[in-house]
Amino acid sequence: MPRATVETVDHVAKLAHLSLSGEERLLFARQLDQILSYAESIQAIDTAGVEPMSHALTSGGFREDTPRECLPRESVLAAAPDPADGLFRVPRVLGG
Amino acid sequence: MTEPLWRLTAGEIARRVAARQHSAEEVTRAHLDRLAAVEPRVDAFLQVLADRALGKARDLDAALAAGRPAPPLAGVPLAVKDVLDMEGLPTTCGSRILEDYRPPFTATAVARLEDAGAIVVGKTNMDEFAMGSSTENSAYKKTKNPWDPTRVPGGSSGGSAAAVAAGMACLALGTDTGGSIRQPASLCGVVGLKPTYGRVSRYGLVAFASSLDQVGPLARSVEDVARVASLLCGPDPCDATSADRPVPDFVQGLAAGAEGLRVGVPWTFLEQGVEPGVLSSFREALRVLEGAGARVVDVSLPHLPHAIATYYIVATAEASSNLARYDGVRYGLRTPAPDLGKMYGESRDHGFGPEVKRRIILGTFVLSSGYYDAYYLRAQKVRTLIRRDFEQAFENCDVVATPTTPSPAFRFGEKTEDPLQMYLADIFTVPANLAGVPGLSLPCGRAADLPVGLQLLGRSFDEATLLRAGHAYEQASPHHRLAPPL
Repeated sequence: MPRATVETVDHVAKLAHLSLSGEERLLFARQLDQILSYAESIQAIDTAGVEPMSHALTSGGFREDTPRECLPRESVLAAAPDPADGLFRVPRVLGG
Repeated sequence: MTEPLWRLTAGEIARRVAARQHSAEEVTRAHLDRLAAVEPRVDAFLQVLADRALGKARDLDAALAAGRPAPPLAGVPLAVKDVLDMEGLPTTCGSRILEDYRPPFTATAVARLEDAGAIVVGKTNMDEFAMGSSTENSAYKKTKNPWDPTRVPGGSSGGSAAAVAAGMACLALGTDTGGSIRQPASLCGVVGLKPTYGRVSRYGLVAFASSLDQVGPLARSVEDVARVASLLCGPDPCDATSADRPVPDFVQGLAAGAEGLRVGVPWTFLEQGVEPGVLSSFREALRVLEGAGARVVDVSLPHLPHAIATYYIVATAEASSNLARYDGVRYGLRTPAPDLGKMYGESRDHGFGPEVKRRIILGTFVLSSGYYDAYYLRAQKVRTLIRRDFEQAFENCDVVATPTTPSPAFRFGEKTEDPLQMYLADIFTVPANLAGVPGLSLPCGRAADLPVGLQLLGRSFDEATLLRAGHAYEQASPHHRLAPPL
């Protein structure tokens, strides 16, 4: 049984907000399946009692929470595709 | 014959500029002229900052003329990978989705080198969002290997490595998430350092996989890499993962040589898949290190055969999360659509290239309900085992040596049809990122007339030992001094 099908890719693409073309869906299904088959090797490793490692730093620190200047609003909005009235404008979310 | 200015080391340029033997402008012009001559055959840059560079060089010359002390990298031309922000200048990450993006801030790594007198000549080409091993995934151009224009420069920092190899910049900044500094350094015959995770601030670096990404230097000698590393490393209040650890003067430390160092070689791991020409250069490099007083010992890193699978699960999971920010709202490309959901999907479909989409799909899959434990959580546990392997190995040796890559530079298109084959070529570089340890790649010979790289891995926060060993090797080897036939 394949580990990934076109249905898997469709489901995941939806989660990732990614519209894919028909060709891409087929290609990614085949490649995802191939990569997951390769990655199957880690299933056989004995990981009992092993802590997951989410980060390479064992010790981290927090700096003092001191207020400081942040970026000016205009310079941040300058990079936006559709700024309006000091805000980010987006297409309609509800209704229609 | 006097060497052209674009062949000099950073140390030599800074010395001459400080002594007013050459002006920073003269040095910058020499590199820009070299760039104009060879860039059409290399395509290393996405953006050349000639006017800005000359302006900065003249400012530096004026400051020196006014009696100000010369900074440590006075007048040294630097190329910056286009994944590091520079205020007001385009930062594309090799992606269409950021084609028009101009960040409102500058990356700490860039700021530190500019403050040290380095002159940025341009922003370099890269695999889109640093995802790739050949720079073929750039949305803009294909960078050619300066040693053979039919071959890739490696990636993802392929533009940075090619620029330094071709003499268009003396130094470059790259980033390394799974080998993206060391692998192109190896393929282009230059030196590249991935510092310990946390050594260099990631502020202003566009994120790929946040627990693996690290900024580092490329240059044509270990000494120059050491010089830059001393300036780059150190804590930054803008990056909570930058480590507050003392930064030694790496250049001063080079004099210690390789005498008495134990060089561990994981022979069992090297048995498969390494091309004979690469393996013989590697063996010869070990003999050179022995000649410099090092002792070669056998070490075991039993979980390394699982490093690629582990890496491509962890890295893509983090990438799928990091790249969620490209949604056409705050910055980057927006494809107009009647409603918000469609706008997200269409913008991302148009803005991202195939490799980025593939990794978002894989990363989202391994994090999705029902698969998280079997893939992501399990990979994180194997990551712990890989880190333990290194901790145990470093009880018996001071550095671990491998070839940087199993083969020298490959041809364009050779691996693009089969992503897994491309991933497998990263086998020797990804373990350092998973474990968080530092890695250095330096030229150590030739296979079929192409550069071969020696990789040295060290204990966390012990770049000094890597650089010492690398420098000792260079003192007895000619390979880093060879220039490509451009």
